[in-house]
Amino acid sequence: MSQCKSFLLKDKSLVFYILKRRKQKVLTKQKYKYGFVTKVPSEKFAKGLNEEVICRLSKIKKEPTWMLDLRLKAYRHWKTLKEPKWAGLKYPPINYQDIHYYSAPATKQSKKTKSMDEVDPELLKTFERLGIPLNERKRLAGVAVDAVFDSVSLGTTHQDVLKKSGVIFCSISEALQEYPDLVQKYFGSVVPYRDNFFACLNTAVFTDGSFCFIPKGVRCPLDLSTYFRINEKDTGQFERTLVVAEDSSYVNYLEGCTAPMRDSNQLHAAVVELVALDHAEIRYSTVQNWYPGDEQGRGGIYNFVTKRGKCAGKGSRISWTQVEAGSAITWKYPSCILQGDYSSGAFYSVALTHDKMQADTGTKMIHIGKNTKSTIVSKGISADDSVNSYRGQVKILPQAKGARNFSQCDSMLAGKNSAANTFPLIEIKNKSAVVEHEATTSRINEDQLFYLKSRGLDTESAVSLLVNGFCHQVFKKLPLEFSVEAVKLIEMKLENSIA
Amino acid sequence: MLKIQNLHAQTEGHSILNGVNLEIKAGEVHAIMGPNGSGKSTLAKVIVGHPEYEITQGEILYEKDFNYQDISPWTPEDRTKEGLFMAFQYPVEVPGVSNLNLLKASFNSICKHQGVPEMGEEEFISFVKKKAEMVGLPFSFLDRSVNEDFSGGEKKRNEILQMAVLSPRLAILDETDSGLDVDSMTMIAQTLNKLKNKQNAFLLITHYNRLLNHIKPDFVHIIKEGKIQKSGNHRLANELEEKGYTAFNQ
Repeated sequence: MSQCKSFLLKDKSLVFYILKRRKQKVLTKQKYKYGFVTKVPSEKFAKGLNEEVICRLSKIKKEPTWMLDLRLKAYRHWKTLKEPKWAGLKYPPINYQDIHYYSAPATKQSKKTKSMDEVDPELLKTFERLGIPLNERKRLAGVAVDAVFDSVSLGTTHQDVLKKSGVIFCSISEALQEYPDLVQKYFGSVVPYRDNFFACLNTAVFTDGSFCFIPKGVRCPLDLSTYFRINEKDTGQFERTLVVAEDSSYVNYLEGCTAPMRDSNQLHAAVVELVALDHAEIRYSTVQNWYPGDEQGRGGIYNFVTKRGKCAGKGSRISWTQVEAGSAITWKYPSCILQGDYSSGAFYSVALTHDKMQADTGTKMIHIGKNTKSTIVSKGISADDSVNSYRGQVKILPQAKGARNFSQCDSMLAGKNSAANTFPLIEIKNKSAVVEHEATTSRINEDQLFYLKSRGLDTESAVSLLVNGFCHQVFKKLPLEFSVEAVKLIEMKLENSIA
Repeated sequence: MLKIQNLHAQTEGHSILNGVNLEIKAGEVHAIMGPNGSGKSTLAKVIVGHPEYEITQGEILYEKDFNYQDISPWTPEDRTKEGLFMAFQYPVEVPGVSNLNLLKASFNSICKHQGVPEMGEEEFISFVKKKAEMVGLPFSFLDRSVNEDFSGGEKKRNEILQMAVLSPRLAILDETDSGLDVDSMTMIAQTLNKLKNKQNAFLLITHYNRLLNHIKPDFVHIIKEGKIQKSGNHRLANELEEKGYTAFNQ
């Protein structure tokens, strides 16, 4: 019965929302409601990238020498690399010398702010407008937030509670100063700088991001969350996040992102590394809503992201849950390396594309340890003229006895010129493996639509109920607030696309 | 409340209804019987506005605010909001959408249209719970996805549950009795008898008079080749049982 109760609670918000939608329809003609620009003076580097820029960046951040050395090593290697073309994404060449590699609000002091109340009110207002109040009085209960604005973290809420339980949650810049050894131990251990073009660039020029460390046996008392906001024009955002969960610890991590509406494209190349030791569990959820560009495909964020988790310990668990609803281009494959015996990895994804958006997203599950398990559930919805691809790899190495994988990839087409692709790659080197793969592609089903209409729902509510039903398996994996947010987001995006 | 006059309808160039006349008044139960392909289900679908069928002649008049109006321009959802309901012969599956969720969305949509305040969460749940008991479905059933992995009997009961929750003025049951075991049939008939009152009406579409033994129709119509061949009282169903459809050729 208690299970039943919680489900009903979730349903309530969902249905309530659907009904509320119609009232709001007139008000929200606009598809992207986070497109505003915050007017704050910024301090930024001149455009361009060279070793001097990297040295300056490292100096501002007061980084240890090993970090600067690694950045330079990565930069030198990056210069020998070419952008990957295998995803078949269409975009004009990126001029890497035409980007500001560092931009920070001038009012943000380089020294650490003790309390969120010391942060420039204009910036606090920005986050409040995005639905993330940061100051002590209004901040979200139950979630500690690290707010990243362009190249810097403005601060992290709920520090006191976290400190008591021994959890470290701060910006990566701060962590490099305060806990350099801890960072060095894990930094690049999951995504080495040589991994790929964008990860290599990120290692050379990353500006900020979050660091999170959960000590042995601790169940993190709050959900941790990082909110990324791009504000300044022609800047790249290169964030770096590192989450380490020691033995038998647990953390629920949430990530959100938005950017202003602009005609030019902006680059976002992030790296996220997760490390789970023996019996630790990390749940990482993302609602990605970067500006996707306009109907003609002008502007929008290029989201080239490397996310990878290592289940290093026995019985460790990592799950990636993502709702990818923004960006002109998404190139992203949150993956799991299942090294520890009995470890498990999961990937739950909803990717929605509309207008001229392109999404190429999926996962890699690399089974190394014995009796490792992975689950993949991917739901792609393509509307208008967009292209939505699932690209995934399941690899079972010779030593991975008793490995199991289940994959399900469903696509829904909601536009006449939209396209959905599925590129699953399965490599099995051990005979004892059990691998299942299911895939479907469908249009919005006319019979279902008529059935719901004959129950008194108008087309818009019926479609939104169908789409939510289609995504339900993934949405239910999100924390409640995120789940409600995701439902709203998908509905808002589809509103203009379905006539 | 419903007057169908000389109704002709077609789908993909095939004419299926060829001049149906039918009048249903409040408080009445009508049964339409006919062989396969006679146009029974088509008539039901045309009344609720299925987009696959095109009305080529005649009209469907429905009483709204004491006036008869031609409802052919109405959308299916508007017809439902005005009190029409159809229990489908083959209800579709809607994965990921729970029964409760759908019931609530449709109930609220109708309330809103009728200008009635929506029920609160708790109140609605206990309301639905009672109705679910009535059709013999456990409460846990409400958390399951609409019709997904339901048995044939469960699907039919679910249609009747939806009907019980939405309490339509005119309910059309398209072969709800086919494929049902005796117990399910009895339960559904009992529910219909409970819901029946002077303000509403039922149109039962069926092959057999099994259901009609449990719920006595005021009128029985025999349809063949898209036209009502004969109308009578409940005894017509028995006559049909004895003689077969061939006896009712024009």
